[in-house]
Amino acid sequence: MSADEHRLRSGRPRGRWSGRVFYAFLLLSLAIGFATLGALLVQVVAEGYKWVDAVLFLEPPSANPKIAGAEPAILATIYLGVLLLAFTIPLGLGTAIYLEEYADRNRWYNRLLEVNIQNLAAVPSIVYGILGLAFLVRGLGLGRVLLAGAMILTLLVLPTVIIAAREAIRGVPDSIRQGAYALGATKWQVVWRQVLPAATPGIATGSILALSRGLGETAPLLLVGALTYVAFNPTPLGEFTALPVQIFQWVARPQDEFRVLAAAGIIVLLGILLTLNAFAIWLRNRYQRRW
Amino acid sequence: MATREAAAPLRLRAERRRWGEDVVKGVLALCALVSVATTVGIVVALFEPAIEFFRHVSIVDFLTGKNWAPLFEPSSFGVLPLIAGTLLVTACACLVCVPFGLGAAIYLSEYAGAKTRNTLKPMLEILAGVPTVVYGYFALTFVSPLLRDVGLPVGVFSALSAGLVMGVMLLPTVASISEDSMAAVPSDLRDGAYALGSTRLQVSTRIVVPAAISGIIASFVLAISRAVGETMIVLVAAGGQPNWTWNPMEAVQTMTAFIAGTGQGDVPTGSIEYKTIFAVGATLFVMTLVMNLVAIRLVRRYREAYE
Repeated sequence: MSADEHRLRSGRPRGRWSGRVFYAFLLLSLAIGFATLGALLVQVVAEGYKWVDAVLFLEPPSANPKIAGAEPAILATIYLGVLLLAFTIPLGLGTAIYLEEYADRNRWYNRLLEVNIQNLAAVPSIVYGILGLAFLVRGLGLGRVLLAGAMILTLLVLPTVIIAAREAIRGVPDSIRQGAYALGATKWQVVWRQVLPAATPGIATGSILALSRGLGETAPLLLVGALTYVAFNPTPLGEFTALPVQIFQWVARPQDEFRVLAAAGIIVLLGILLTLNAFAIWLRNRYQRRW
Repeated sequence: MATREAAAPLRLRAERRRWGEDVVKGVLALCALVSVATTVGIVVALFEPAIEFFRHVSIVDFLTGKNWAPLFEPSSFGVLPLIAGTLLVTACACLVCVPFGLGAAIYLSEYAGAKTRNTLKPMLEILAGVPTVVYGYFALTFVSPLLRDVGLPVGVFSALSAGLVMGVMLLPTVASISEDSMAAVPSDLRDGAYALGSTRLQVSTRIVVPAAISGIIASFVLAISRAVGETMIVLVAAGGQPNWTWNPMEAVQTMTAFIAGTGQGDVPTGSIEYKTIFAVGATLFVMTLVMNLVAIRLVRRYREAYE
């Protein structure tokens, strides 16, 4: 924007009061979002900070709020995160590579695939829970186990990962591919040695954001049975509870002490998720390349 | 020399077939098939038990009955109270996310400089990254007492407090998609209007918003679809009793809250109570599917129009 243009645009508002009222409304719109976020953080921290202690991290839940902790829930959330990444990255990346590098976009089935993924990204999370309940827990007879929870969360965040990975792959300029082809590389060599390394920051950022979304999900895990009372540390094929589910369980109780405990759990959960988000943003800013 | 090359067309195809390459392509296509299988799985998982359910309960009674009491004797399966509860919460959410989401989008697209936009937008998106169970806690322990303090007759649980918090959660969804579609409006249109002496208010509301309308409506539709499908906020803060009412001050049960509430218990597989989960789930899925497809189509329209 040139200096002249700038002066023209920022000259005195001739809209009289209507322009100012409108501007105030726009600022209010943003302020509502930030004020809520601020109030939420203050409320949670003020309520729960006293109970973020060794008991919370090292003790199992209990009917007595004073000695109740969230160790099994926190561990299960970490296990879920590891499994989630292990399942999501190969599947999401494979689909993204197929759609961007291999699929012929004029074929109806490839277009259908695209719309299907866009739609899956907007299917309510509770519906994934029903899918897990019907197929994994009861149909396959897997039972209410951590692995079933991880699989359902995988399906839930897969569309997000695919969409992010596709954008990262699309951002790699064609000249890179052409150069590799000119040197005699096969298609897979081009993808594996040129396109993927160049797209890695974008893919990593997208995957971490999806991980953070998956770890904050509660509803599908309720249906896969994470609400059972679990006083022992989780195993992949054992019953489990996850941190958001544990928080829900505490919020749902009428006693005030459990509300405090819930706030303490929320501090830990938000701590994990905000760290993941910050890491993702740092990755993007540090490694993102403009071609 | 030149003529001979022209006579023999260049052979760009590989001399021999590379099986490894075909295997790779096959594996990648298999990955892509997982998404297709997910959709098929959802449809089968929902509709097979739902169809069985409708053998016992007439679909007309289900869709028009005003009494939802599947676990009582005598049981009654009118889904309208759940749908009404869902719509009531959604309407409260729209009160927040439609005007203020659009306002935030106009600010980011038309008023903020590039630097402000690049800091504010990710900050706003933090709101979308907060887990929904946390919003539920916030609605229950902060917003409900706040509403009581300003004199509204709300109880511990109400559609209003759940809906308002949900609206804030959806604000970045509306803002982000609307802002994208406004950014796709060519600046020629703005410059033309400024050249004719328009104010920024006039350019925003008479040029940019109409030009970006399909993306803006898509953002509304998507927000409504997400409000209808949202579970944890309503499960924590809206209440647990089906309630045939249009009063947002009252406690209501939504479709999602019913599914989560019933599905977490030990309902015996194959019982009629178990099948209600799927009947309500299928209703929810069809409602959100229609809205999602409309939104996807609208987004595609603005992309085509200006790119």
